[in-house]
Amino acid sequence: MAKTDYVIEVKNLKKAYGSNQVLEGINLKVERGTMLALLGPNGAGKTTTVRILSTLLGFDEGMVTIEGHDVKKDADAVRKVIGLTGQSAAVDELLTGRENLVMMGRLYRLTKRSAQARAEELLEQFDLVKAAGRPARTYSGGMRRRLDLAVSLIAVPPVIFLDEPTTGLDPRSRIAMWDIIKQLMEAGTTILLTTQYLDEADQLADRIVVIDGGKVIAEGTAAELKSKVGKDRLELTLKDGKGLIAAVKVLGKQVVDTDDKEHSATIIINDTNKDVQKVLEALTKAKVTLASMAVHKPTLDDVFLSLTGKQKKAQTEEEK
Amino acid sequence: MAVELEFERKPKFLLDVQDSLIMIRRSTTHIIRHTDQLLGTFFQPIMFLVLFAAVFGGALEQSLPKGVSYINFLMAGIIIQTVAFGSTTTAIAVSSDLQKGIVDRFRSLPMNNLAVLTGHVVSDLARNGLSTLVMIITGLAIGFRTSASPWEWLQIIGLIGLFTLAFSWLASIIGVMAKSVEAVQWLTFIIIFPLTFASSAFTPTDNMGSVLRAFAQHQPITQFVNALRALLLGTPIGNYGWVSLAWGIGTLVVIVPFASWLFRRRGAN
Repeated sequence: MAKTDYVIEVKNLKKAYGSNQVLEGINLKVERGTMLALLGPNGAGKTTTVRILSTLLGFDEGMVTIEGHDVKKDADAVRKVIGLTGQSAAVDELLTGRENLVMMGRLYRLTKRSAQARAEELLEQFDLVKAAGRPARTYSGGMRRRLDLAVSLIAVPPVIFLDEPTTGLDPRSRIAMWDIIKQLMEAGTTILLTTQYLDEADQLADRIVVIDGGKVIAEGTAAELKSKVGKDRLELTLKDGKGLIAAVKVLGKQVVDTDDKEHSATIIINDTNKDVQKVLEALTKAKVTLASMAVHKPTLDDVFLSLTGKQKKAQTEEEK
Repeated sequence: MAVELEFERKPKFLLDVQDSLIMIRRSTTHIIRHTDQLLGTFFQPIMFLVLFAAVFGGALEQSLPKGVSYINFLMAGIIIQTVAFGSTTTAIAVSSDLQKGIVDRFRSLPMNNLAVLTGHVVSDLARNGLSTLVMIITGLAIGFRTSASPWEWLQIIGLIGLFTLAFSWLASIIGVMAKSVEAVQWLTFIIIFPLTFASSAFTPTDNMGSVLRAFAQHQPITQFVNALRALLLGTPIGNYGWVSLAWGIGTLVVIVPFASWLFRRRGAN
């Protein structure tokens, strides 16, 4: 075994469907017990990457190892140490939650007794005890995702792939899912998460890799990326044109953009808590009255705008 | 973690068998829980049998050998036809597994993936067995009489079982190749319908046109129908038994490895 404790290693991974080059040389390294988020819009190559890493898909060039096992040469050894959940995995709709868990446990080669005991433990942990005897097709979206994740944890694999685990979930289920994922991280599981939501990567991941068009276009911690991507923006809307002129006078060089029609001014802020207060104090002192104000966080659109220098339409679920 | 996990320490081939048993149990549970499909298992054969006997019986009885009633003639054909159409369920089950992504889950597990197909095929064998039983009982109620001895019954069961297995494995290929469940439905229909009708299942082949007759007399379904009919009615079986056996085993030998190869390949590149 190599000394470095990289659980997942991907070197120069290339994959094409016919003439369509989906992955153009991806490099990834995930240290033991950490989470890497693969961030990108639809069609960036996230799911393709996860499918390759979880032995579902072949590839053209490069090398992929999970826990030191080569994905191509030793797929079965890889399958013993991974759990896959999200878009490209599913549960059996006609079987109950409990039956799903026990069956998958048995297919992971757990003994019957272990599979049953572990199933009960997971049903408890994922708040599915009441629904355990119902067929999975009667579950709500959030319950399904929880069952799906529970299923991939049945044999306690040290490596978990979460392929867009919260896409399409309502905000409450999404936060519940995040809590569960955080528990997993505390237990020391190594996780590769794919997401199209910047805030999800921000909330959960130790490191973020941004991919687009099958290439890695940026990587780093959430803070590092954000500073590259841009700061929070504060948008102030005044009552009329006069107010706008007065506000611009007070704030001076901080103003990066104004809109005469809407009587609004945009300023960049570094520290949302302190700077907003400062701006408000300055405006109050000068007796300038605001109609409204809003803080805009950097969005995935901003990431691509600043990273690739061209307009990209990130098709996030909220926009649909 | 509260639970101590223990893994199986059996040899690999035993684990493979275990995987198949788990998947057979899964598919059987599907059949039991698909209530509407289960109703079809009971009522479709009854409907076919009664309708064919009532509608065609009168007209066709003259072209049958003397002393053979149409219901007695029909029994073997209708069993084979029902089982052939029954294999559609295997194709649909395989296809819907692939569409819904659960196959991806299975592929990411350290299991024997062929067990997914085995599960569907074997559970279908049980379902078709049930259909056949319903049909024979209905037949007996409306005038079907058999002279088969227990030994002949054993051969009948073996023959129907072999035919079912061969057809279900064939159907699994359609399930793997088809792009959608709807495609499975019409694909199986346009393959199975002509095959069962251009055979000796419902009428003797003697009165067919020469091209059709040549096809009908030599295609495998006719071999199975004729063998089954001879066993049920106590008429000479000739070579039909052996030829059927050869067709059945031959199909399995070719199709099972081909189906598993296709299944492994599908989605893996």
